Amino acid sequence: MARVAFTANLERHLSCPVQTVPGNTVRAVLDGVFATEPRLRSYVLDDQDRVRRHVAIYVNGDRIADRDRLGDPVSDADEVFVFQALSGG
Amino acid sequence: MGDRLLVGTKKGLFELRRTPGGWSIAGTRFIGDPISMLLHDARDGALYAAEALGHFGVKLQRSRDGGESWQEIPAPAFPKSGTDGPSVSYLFCLETGGADQPGWLWCGTIPGGLFLSQDHGESWTLNQALWDLPQRKDWMGGGFDDAGVASICIDPRRSDHMTIGVSTGGVWITDDGGASWRGSAEGMYADYFPPERRHDPEVQDIHRLVQCPAAPDTLWVQHHNGVFRSTDAARSWQEVTTIRPAKFGFALAVHPRDPDTAWFVPGVKDECRVPVDARLVVARTRDGARSFDVLTAGLPQSHAYDLVYRHALAVDDSGTRLAMGSTTGHLWVSENGGDAWTLAAGHLPPISCVRFA
Repeated sequence: MARVAFTANLERHLSCPVQTVPGNTVRAVLDGVFATEPRLRSYVLDDQDRVRRHVAIYVNGDRIADRDRLGDPVSDADEVFVFQALSGG
Repeated sequence: MGDRLLVGTKKGLFELRRTPGGWSIAGTRFIGDPISMLLHDARDGALYAAEALGHFGVKLQRSRDGGESWQEIPAPAFPKSGTDGPSVSYLFCLETGGADQPGWLWCGTIPGGLFLSQDHGESWTLNQALWDLPQRKDWMGGGFDDAGVASICIDPRRSDHMTIGVSTGGVWITDDGGASWRGSAEGMYADYFPPERRHDPEVQDIHRLVQCPAAPDTLWVQHHNGVFRSTDAARSWQEVTTIRPAKFGFALAVHPRDPDTAWFVPGVKDECRVPVDARLVVARTRDGARSFDVLTAGLPQSHAYDLVYRHALAVDDSGTRLAMGSTTGHLWVSENGGDAWTLAAGHLPPISCVRFA
């Protein structure tokens, strides 16, 4: 079970507490989170289920490589962190 | 008369109300969030606010209690087609369907999609016929990375007859509720394009398209390189050469009952998007563009660099009350058809859209 945490900035829009979910890829882990909060999907992923351009996803401190298919591997005890890239004004 | 204004800005939604003492801010919502479009559905009283969250995508909010509370509802999204597929980046315009289509909403997006909801925004469907137009390959971004459907006009006599404006991508007409579309550019030209393509429908940059509700065969266009008017339901267009002090601009409003009366907010030109001589003015015609009044009363006439975006000039149902908001956060209201303007708010974030509601 991976641990998934979201930027606190998302809390302005919807609830997304730290969760532990099963899955061996970033896609599988996030799908597990979206199953409990479907609205969250469109905040993190675009219409084609790619990571939004200004959203960053890290696994254990490393930025994921596959932003289109989210195929980066995830193991039990890994930590997935979803936050916003710093942009805008 | 419209006694309430909704103002969408780069950092939130502002509600203004008219009191005997004048207009004042009565409430705020979504502070910090960019609002791209607003809609008041006069058929059932619902309010809609489209957001363009910088990091987290487009969102759509609906209120069924006059703005007291809001609920997020699904936003239009492109069908899944793979990792090269499109994704909505901006909800550019929102309009209600016809009086005979309760619950129907149309939404124009960037990239240039047109979406229909038949259930008060609970679900959305891409208009595939427009998206599949072969000519869409020549649509281009106009101030944004991609083309956008910026204007939707539904014929009050027959809801299946719609005319839309694309920036940049022309005027498109459907007679069958969106099952098929045809371009309409006879009389238009795009002076920024290679000569052999200058008159093609799909290269026209339609900043704003409006239709007179009481005389729907009359439509007005603020185009990238001028103003055009049609009196034959957009089958042909005549260039308006009388507008002063410039022909460039974004905003345009037409009187709800008098098709010959329309308002514009000119800027110098495309590569210098500020008021002419730094004096903010509204150009008004009341004789079908034979002549224009340049209205200045109450507007800043020195060192004003306000630009009024395409959805940020509104006229109410009476045709005498107008409101406009600028990129520098000024909101003006006129109670007399534009003859004089009063500053209703002066320190708002950049204003994207203004609606009487």
